[in-house]
Amino acid sequence: MAEPITLKMTVNGTDCVVTVHPFARLLDVLREDLRLTGTKEGCGEGECGACTVLMNGRVVNSCLVPVVQAQGAVVVTVEGLAQGERLSSVQDAFLTYNGAQCGFCTPGMLISATDLLNRCPNPTDGEIRDGLAGNLCRCTGYVKIVDAVRAVAADGGAAR
Amino acid sequence: MRGYLADCDIQSPPSLAEALALMAREPGVWTPMAGGTDLMVVYNAGRQRATRFLDLSRLAELQGIQEAPTSLSFGALTTYTDLRDCRAVHQHFPNLVKSARVTGALAIQNRGTLGGNIANASPAADTPPSLLAYGAELELISSRGLRRVAYDRFHQGYKRMDLAADELVARIIVPKPTGRGFHYFRKVGTRQAQAIAKVCLAAYARLEDGVVAELRIGLGSVAPTPVRARHAEALLLGKPLAALPVEAAREALLSDISPIDDIRATAHYRNVVTGNLLGQMLRELANR
Amino acid sequence: MIGASSIRKEGRAKVMGTACYTDDKFVPDALHGVTVRSQVPRGILKGIQFGAGIPWGEFTIVTAADIPGTNRVASVVHDQPFLVGIGEEITHPEQPVVLLAHPDRRLAEKARMAVTLEVEERPAILEIQASLDLEQVIYGTHNLLKEIRIQKGDPEAVWTRAAHVIEGEYRTGAQEQMYLETNAMVAVVEQEAAGLRVTVWGSLQCPYYVHGALKQLFGLPEGQVRVVAMEMGGAFGGKEDYPSVNAGHAALLAWKSGRPVKVVYDREEDLACTTKRHPSRTRLKTAFDAEGHLLAIEVDFVLDGGAYATMSPVVLSRGALHSASVYRCPHVKVHARAVATNTPPSGAFRGFGAPQSLFAMERHMDICARKLGLDAVDLRRKNFLRMGDTMATGQVIREDLDLGGLMDRALEEIDYHRKRTTFAAANDRESPIKRGVGLAVFMHGCGFTGGGESYLASVAGVEGLADGTVSVLAASTEMGQGKNTVFAQIVADALKLPFEMVETAEVDTDRVPNSGPTVASRSTMMVGRILEDAAIGFKQSLVQHGFLKEPYTADSFREAVAKAVATLGSVKCYGQYHRPPNITWNDATYQGDAYPTYSWACYAAEVAVDMDTYEVKVEDFVAVQEVGRVVNPTLAAGQIEGGVAQGVGWGLWEEVTIKNGRMINNQMTNYIIPTSADLPQIRVVFLENPHPAGPGGAKGLGELPMDGPAPALLNALENALGPLRLDEVPMTPDRLLGRCEEVVHG
Repeated sequence: MAEPITLKMTVNGTDCVVTVHPFARLLDVLREDLRLTGTKEGCGEGECGACTVLMNGRVVNSCLVPVVQAQGAVVVTVEGLAQGERLSSVQDAFLTYNGAQCGFCTPGMLISATDLLNRCPNPTDGEIRDGLAGNLCRCTGYVKIVDAVRAVAADGGAAR
Repeated sequence: MRGYLADCDIQSPPSLAEALALMAREPGVWTPMAGGTDLMVVYNAGRQRATRFLDLSRLAELQGIQEAPTSLSFGALTTYTDLRDCRAVHQHFPNLVKSARVTGALAIQNRGTLGGNIANASPAADTPPSLLAYGAELELISSRGLRRVAYDRFHQGYKRMDLAADELVARIIVPKPTGRGFHYFRKVGTRQAQAIAKVCLAAYARLEDGVVAELRIGLGSVAPTPVRARHAEALLLGKPLAALPVEAAREALLSDISPIDDIRATAHYRNVVTGNLLGQMLRELANR
Repeated sequence: MIGASSIRKEGRAKVMGTACYTDDKFVPDALHGVTVRSQVPRGILKGIQFGAGIPWGEFTIVTAADIPGTNRVASVVHDQPFLVGIGEEITHPEQPVVLLAHPDRRLAEKARMAVTLEVEERPAILEIQASLDLEQVIYGTHNLLKEIRIQKGDPEAVWTRAAHVIEGEYRTGAQEQMYLETNAMVAVVEQEAAGLRVTVWGSLQCPYYVHGALKQLFGLPEGQVRVVAMEMGGAFGGKEDYPSVNAGHAALLAWKSGRPVKVVYDREEDLACTTKRHPSRTRLKTAFDAEGHLLAIEVDFVLDGGAYATMSPVVLSRGALHSASVYRCPHVKVHARAVATNTPPSGAFRGFGAPQSLFAMERHMDICARKLGLDAVDLRRKNFLRMGDTMATGQVIREDLDLGGLMDRALEEIDYHRKRTTFAAANDRESPIKRGVGLAVFMHGCGFTGGGESYLASVAGVEGLADGTVSVLAASTEMGQGKNTVFAQIVADALKLPFEMVETAEVDTDRVPNSGPTVASRSTMMVGRILEDAAIGFKQSLVQHGFLKEPYTADSFREAVAKAVATLGSVKCYGQYHRPPNITWNDATYQGDAYPTYSWACYAAEVAVDMDTYEVKVEDFVAVQEVGRVVNPTLAAGQIEGGVAQGVGWGLWEEVTIKNGRMINNQMTNYIIPTSADLPQIRVVFLENPHPAGPGGAKGLGELPMDGPAPALLNALENALGPLRLDEVPMTPDRLLGRCEEVVHG
């Protein structure tokens, strides 16, 4: 029914232009049109956080964003965290502390953790747990994830 | 993902006037969408009957928090994160900050809006109890003009509102409490975060000489709409803190609410816990 | 190498977002498959209607009539059809009836809604008691999927002479695995000269289960089926048996369409249709002497298996074998039954029956302590199993077992005795917050039950690669537990090579042997031990064939392997499971060594209950366990922490709400798993007691942490609130309110 739109976004620092249905979900455009499959679908209802990406500097559930609302947006997905082969400090800590088990919540969790540390460089454990409460993990009991985030903070933050 | 994309349309008008004009031309056809945090969930589940959406997210006229001497005016597109980040909100409406903090998690708070929370009309929404407690008013707009309604008269039944098919919630105006008031907010959800309310109680009280001079109690998840606890309020108004009729107020509260059994809680649990929250609120009030 | 916290092998791909899960696999020209389901719990399928408004000509449609081989899912019992045919019986409301595939996945979804089924409905059985009462006969002659009896001594002779006889009934609800990645499968079917060739790539725990199921479905020989395990986003048992079903569906659509087919469930479908933990009801009768020594235990253990057997016979077995928990008792009688109901089949979930029966016994011990006027700690200590004691099946404890020491460590960590005193004083005050501490002591049998490991006769191997490195060949899958890393550590340790020189091969049935299913806390202990043997054999054959001289360095080993591969083309060495000496099992009498060994644990929980809202907050949690030698402490702790989180969820929040046989809270919003804000920083302690049967002394640990949290939490709740009927999990706020009101209202 709707006319396709020309969608322009900056994704992980690269300008992209795709022709899509305006009501398509940002998640599907990332995964199918841009083949950025790091971002996962865990529930399709904004509950699990596996599809979390940064849109214009804020975390969003990409399964709940009709892509017309992302027109012109700056989007960062898990694929945009490392610089080439060099992991970000948050990725590095998740690797070291075993913050990723099955790895399916990990992309969204990393985005939320990065955002948390950018907003709140020295979070308490309680602030870490509150800050990550929108990202469900079924493997870790969250202990090693909190360990990883705490370690990044102690070591100079997400921007390191 | 069960919604059928090809059946759907979404329009992004560049101005409020054009949005209202479209709604006036085809009243009831276009479902307004702000952050999409409710509508998209229903769409993804294949239960969204609406197929045409009106994207409001970029309308500047509906954005921003404006402070006046006696009130704060919130554009309908004010997000939960905006509420959490605004100093004036912290200062005057701590319950609204608490409501915003417990609505979904951060990714929802960044997208979900106050206007959407109201117009989605879920009885379990987290900001309406606080808005009721603060005596908020709504500014509704259509191409026919602007009108104001008291928020406590806006919800008329389950998902029924005093909102015409061509109207939008434009702004939410909340009068600043005068003097040092008492603020209470508690949501009992299915878990500590990322939860839907089973019971929510927000209250604002003003005291004069140890007597309850002003009191509003807003409740969520215990009736087809967010509701005021008018019977309980009436019993407590004018009473001295030293002798609050707690049991009578709890009894009266039961006539203010009409909870149901659903997959989150039983009606019985909601009755008991709403009463307990009222008791807790009154304990805190008496102890201050 | 064993004992080091080596970094997860696939961790880098996971944190970079490049790890490839099934739905991430790019499949050109794929069709998207969907499943039309029965929707009624019981009836006869009379017809299928394809509604208007759908271009049906563009669809591939598969019904039972199309199936080329056998329309039964290969499992313990071959009772479940892949699709219900017209004229056949529908036995649960999520039963697959029609498969549809189309290039547009959204249209496929829309088409699914346009198919209607004509069903002649029959009365259904929806819960345990109705099934036992034979209100309807829905399975076999007595609705029994499996029945087990275990007897030691004669409890009947004890009841009249015992000082105390205490009875109790306990219930546990269904639980959803809630792996973050839903079930997903990709299938390709090619017509080769040798006949059909079926390949699936999927999210699955047990490649050779799926392999067997596809062979039977298509009537194909061994070499014509290939199963590849993709990166897996969690499983917890939920991808043990179910993937045989959806792999079959994807393959049928691929076969009929001649195109690749992707079947990816959305969350609502996954929750509604796939297997869950068995609901249970346990009746216990225990006799004690005047000092509190256990004299007799009688267990009546019933599981709700749903409409088909799936894993119920073995889940029941494990539950029955753990039902006397960690206590010495001269007279034990266990009667265990798995009954059929018209609900989706229950299946495997971490713990596999043991959490249900252990919840009953560990909760019962606290209740007995109260009734005997003893401290729950003291009552347990009096009755713990020790070396030389005999369990219910006659299995003799041969290891130096110190459960008292294990429990003391947990008591000390959580500061049990001081908290009991201070909480008791504080709970008397007006505050609505009541605190308590509680514990549970338990065990988990390592590996398959009874003769299972001998029956499996698993094979695993080690292969040399052209670059001189070593690859692990096993069908055990990585689901987050750390198999890739731990296997590499075990092989590197056996070969005295650096960790980096060992990788695990892709789990592809064309390449790796059948090392058995990735279940039952068996991968590290059982498969690891086979790999240890294979690695030693690999090295010895390099030496025997003159490629390697001992002592060697990593570099000289690498050169030797590279040269051997260059010379021989391929260098592999396989090992196979051998039953350890002194292990015997009789499946007919249920006598003997039920498991080669057990892991042992004591978990302690501290809770705070808000009496205004009946919400329970877990303020502290200590998990102390003895799991033999710990191969990778960081990964092992991660397993314990995750298992505890699932156990806490099962104990307090996770409820599958069923209406007319269907799950109605089948959304993540309404099935409540814990968030980071709901859990404390779980504290894990390992006490190491190396066991000779495992590699480097390791035992199993993956399922153990699921067993203890629920009884520990409810014991803590009783400590906080006093005697209440805390006999069921999940103890949701609603249920707790009800239990409190029973006391008030008598």
